[in-house]
Amino acid sequence: MAVKDPPWIMRTYSGHSTPQASNALYRENLARGQTGLSVAFDLPTQTGYDADHPLARGEVGRTGVPVGHIADLSALFDGIDLGRMNTSMTINATAAWLLALYVAVAEAQGVPSRALRGTTQNDIVKEYLSRGTYVFPPAPSLRLTVDTILFTVEHVPDWNPINISSYHLQEAGATPAQEVAYSLATAITVLDEVRARGVEGAAFAKVFGRLSFFVNAGMRFVEEACKLRAFGELWERLGKERYGVADEKLRRFRYGVQVNSLGLTEAQPENNLVRIALEMLGVTLSKNARARAVQLPAWNEALGLPRPWDQQLSLRTQQLLAYETDLLEYGDLFDGSPVIAAKTREIAEAAWAEVEDVIERGGAVGAVESGYVKERLVASNARRIAAIESGEQVVVGVNRFTETAESPLTAGGAADAILRLDPAAEREQVEALARFRRARDADSVARALDALRAAARGRDNLVPVSIAAARVRVTTGEWASALREVFGEYRAPTGVAGARAPELGSGYEPLRERVAELEKRIGRRPKILVGKPGLDGHSNGAEQIALRARDAGFEVVYEGIRVTPRELARAAADEGVHVLGLSILSGAHVELTRDVLAELRARGVTIPVVVGGIIPEADRVLLCAEGVAAVYTPKDFQIAKILAELCEIVERSAT
Amino acid sequence: MSLVVDSERVLARDPASVARAISLVEDRRPEAEAAAIELLRALSRSGRGAACHRVGVTGPPGVGKSTLVSALIRGWRARGRSVGVLAVDPSSPRSGGALLGDRARIELDPDDREVFVRSMASGGQLGGLARAAGAAVEVLSAVFDVVLIETVGVGQSETDIEHVADTVLFVVQPASGDVLQFIKAGIVEIPDVVAVNKADLGAVAVRAVAELESALRLGAEASGRAEPRVLATSASTGVGIGEVLAALEAHFAAVVAGGQLPAVRRAKNAAWATRLFALRYGERGVDQRGGSRAVRAALERELAGGATLFEALASVAPEP
Ligand code: B12
Ligand SMILES: Nc1nc2c(ncn2[C@@H]2O[C@H](COP(=O)(O)OP(=O)(O)O)[C@@H](O)[C@H]2O)c(=O)[nH]1
Ligand SMILES: [Mg+2]
Repeated sequence: MAVKDPPWIMRTYSGHSTPQASNALYRENLARGQTGLSVAFDLPTQTGYDADHPLARGEVGRTGVPVGHIADLSALFDGIDLGRMNTSMTINATAAWLLALYVAVAEAQGVPSRALRGTTQNDIVKEYLSRGTYVFPPAPSLRLTVDTILFTVEHVPDWNPINISSYHLQEAGATPAQEVAYSLATAITVLDEVRARGVEGAAFAKVFGRLSFFVNAGMRFVEEACKLRAFGELWERLGKERYGVADEKLRRFRYGVQVNSLGLTEAQPENNLVRIALEMLGVTLSKNARARAVQLPAWNEALGLPRPWDQQLSLRTQQLLAYETDLLEYGDLFDGSPVIAAKTREIAEAAWAEVEDVIERGGAVGAVESGYVKERLVASNARRIAAIESGEQVVVGVNRFTETAESPLTAGGAADAILRLDPAAEREQVEALARFRRARDADSVARALDALRAAARGRDNLVPVSIAAARVRVTTGEWASALREVFGEYRAPTGVAGARAPELGSGYEPLRERVAELEKRIGRRPKILVGKPGLDGHSNGAEQIALRARDAGFEVVYEGIRVTPRELARAAADEGVHVLGLSILSGAHVELTRDVLAELRARGVTIPVVVGGIIPEADRVLLCAEGVAAVYTPKDFQIAKILAELCEIVERSAT
Repeated sequence: MSLVVDSERVLARDPASVARAISLVEDRRPEAEAAAIELLRALSRSGRGAACHRVGVTGPPGVGKSTLVSALIRGWRARGRSVGVLAVDPSSPRSGGALLGDRARIELDPDDREVFVRSMASGGQLGGLARAAGAAVEVLSAVFDVVLIETVGVGQSETDIEHVADTVLFVVQPASGDVLQFIKAGIVEIPDVVAVNKADLGAVAVRAVAELESALRLGAEASGRAEPRVLATSASTGVGIGEVLAALEAHFAAVVAGGQLPAVRRAKNAAWATRLFALRYGERGVDQRGGSRAVRAALERELAGGATLFEALASVAPEP
């Protein structure tokens, strides 16, 4: 038998409802052969709100596990030895806090911080650009990131304090070169900040060695393999040339991956399983650019949250590749291939040019604040979507080969093929939080929060004060609220107004004529408010609808993510829009739409409301019964058709 | 939907009615124009616009105009004054559509009825104010203590703002070539107050303030106008906002105290009406009415006789 390379770490991104329910899920997953944990937190935890905060309503435990305090995190890892586990936490704005809780829980388990292994994602730049769970402005956010890095390098040496994420950039439409470029620009911004804090020489090299990446891999798997080779080469060069890191081992490009989910379809969803398998090839085939850890989405990604069985199927897909095929028996399959070398060079050159461009524009932070990078991403996504709409980019089952036999997987309706959450979970979590608050010493909490605020105003590292706060039972919301007081909050540019949208095909002429005709009838150009209520950060759909509507001739008001139902109703009223279009992908569409409709009624606004997003059929029926004019989901991929319908809806209501 | 808007409810600051009033003045249907004229006449008769301070906020895209508007709203609300905002964004030359994004930067309490923010598309007028902007400002002036008008911020037609605002605030940011642009574009003569925003970026801001001051001094000497104040601000941290607010108020107070406000407004109105006339009826229309001087004189007469802008335009209109 040939000697095999050890396989990568296999994880599944999961968590929901309560820490207890998620703990049960983790134990099952480990029993099925998963070799690490990947924690999905709910949106209140990610944006620093307690379960009983008004903005958390309907979101608690919905798309991830709620962790409000030390007891929650302790319950989440109950029976799991943190000294042996490798835990990846997708946490960013509140990363320093979750790390603090993790250290405090380990301490209670008797595990010293030095023994901990795992990852905090902790990349705030891509939150502004794509993922949306930012809280503070860029400067204090960057400080929190660097505090976490410096703390772990010293006290948790095997921790990956930041997982610079190109994954989410591709999910927001980035091309391979953009994905590489913008995440390298982020790394440079972070490393420069570390250096500005006076870290030098061997200490700096150690920091460099702890930076890791979280990348994406799509269907064009040959190109993706080359992208990762290019990524590695550029990283190695950056370490050597810009930062003078001498130790080759510390310059190694280390990355984990989640394969592309943006391309996973609602139509013929079983095809997604095959897509996932093919996408995995891009990050595993080339030994010299192989992922350290892989997590795969599930076949029903575009329908809703996966059930344990769906996740198991994805885990089995990894296991099949690692254990049944001969992949791990060989050296690098691509070394020496001129085709691969040329493609790799092409991506590396394009990416590096873009890195330099971003540096010139003030680095990752400057290019975020000016909206430049976001505009580029929105434009790339617009091109991608236009290519799918026109059929130039084939998506099997969507714009080609759409004939299908009935699938037994969704025979009971797509709503039966996803995880159903326990509606009582939010209430339970809120009650548990109240009990937790009652059973703590209020004075020590107040003192810990004072110390946190004081440290935030000064220059001390914020992780030790956060650990102290975790121990005396401060909550996630309290921690974030204290820092909000000191740092303030931020709204990132939407990138929509400045995005250079692709020229639209002739298919748009009839639509523009329709809009012009509508204008004559209603006296003004049709005006739409595109709104994203709730904590949901999925902005792709809203952005693309806004952009397209403008290019079809609509006047469009769009304020970005996390606008409250009341603010939306107010904007709809003041702006005199003809239609309000909500975009909700987090699953909280029923509650949020109801809230918006109530706010509109309270203001006497009688315009039609449409809703788009991940909305199961049963909920569509429900929302329409409650007064929503139309519901759109990913299978409505032809935006021109959606806009033509909006014209009808506006005309019906305005005349 | 009925085109009639109850002017009493507009004057009572009912948000829905204010919104409908603006939609009405934007409406291009002939029957809407008649209703708009009626509404504007009723609002004008109320005399409520006389005391309103109309502030134009202009400057290149991205310098922080909307963020500054947001900070100014906060400042005026803290002083108990009501504020109406009209934010104009460019229309796409390709499709005629528009993305109205200013609102995203303007923070407001959705329950506060003393503020009102409306976005408007410029409607293809190169960089200038929207066709309906003047009328919308008339509506807002009758309702709010202060009206802020944020313009598109590009090109020469920035000068439009002068016609509809009592005080013009020009916003630039340091180290962006804005300062030079500003001097070259001949906009130097328009602003009454200049804000060098993003002062939190440091030393470059200080330098920009000094450069602008000297350019404006020269401009003022040449034109004989009062030299505008130049102030460093940070719309994001709030630094300098109080000073800008005070400078804007001081400018307006001086005009009011000098007793010139009615005359200044009449002249601005006539200039704006002349511009709208040219836009609406083109060169041919202007010629038919005896050239631009004659048009302006005729419009001035109408306005002096108490006509609203729309009425004046309608009565001076060329033969179809
Ligand atoms: C891309 C993506 C992301 C990107 C988002 C990037 C961005 N800036 O938008 C990233 C990677 C950041 C991301 C993150 C998360 N995601 Co996500 N994501 C997706 C994914 C793969 C595609 C969504 C998408 O962008 N599609 C492309 C756009 C164009 O399509 P669309 O929005 O559906 O819009 C179309 C229609 O719905 C409609 N439409 C939509 N809005 C509107 C509005 C109007 C006015 C109109 C007329 C029409 C309309 O028209 C559009 C045209 O076809 C979906 C799964 C899937 N394949 O759909 C999961 C998905 C939405 N994500 C999910 C989750 C849970 C998350 C996280 C919350 C995970 C976590 N616990 O952290 C995070 C956090 C995000 C946050 N802050 O809220 C879940 C939601 C579960 C649910 N609803 O029950 C999904 C369904 C995946 C899953 N099965 O688990 N995600
Ligand atoms: N650093 C800094 N950024 C600012 C300031 N004011 C605005 N900005 C940012 O500049 C960008 C453009 O602001 P916006 O108000 O939309 O500009 P406008 O196009 O002139 O209306 C946004 O990203 C703001 O956050 C400021 O005083 N300092
Ligand atoms: Mg603006």
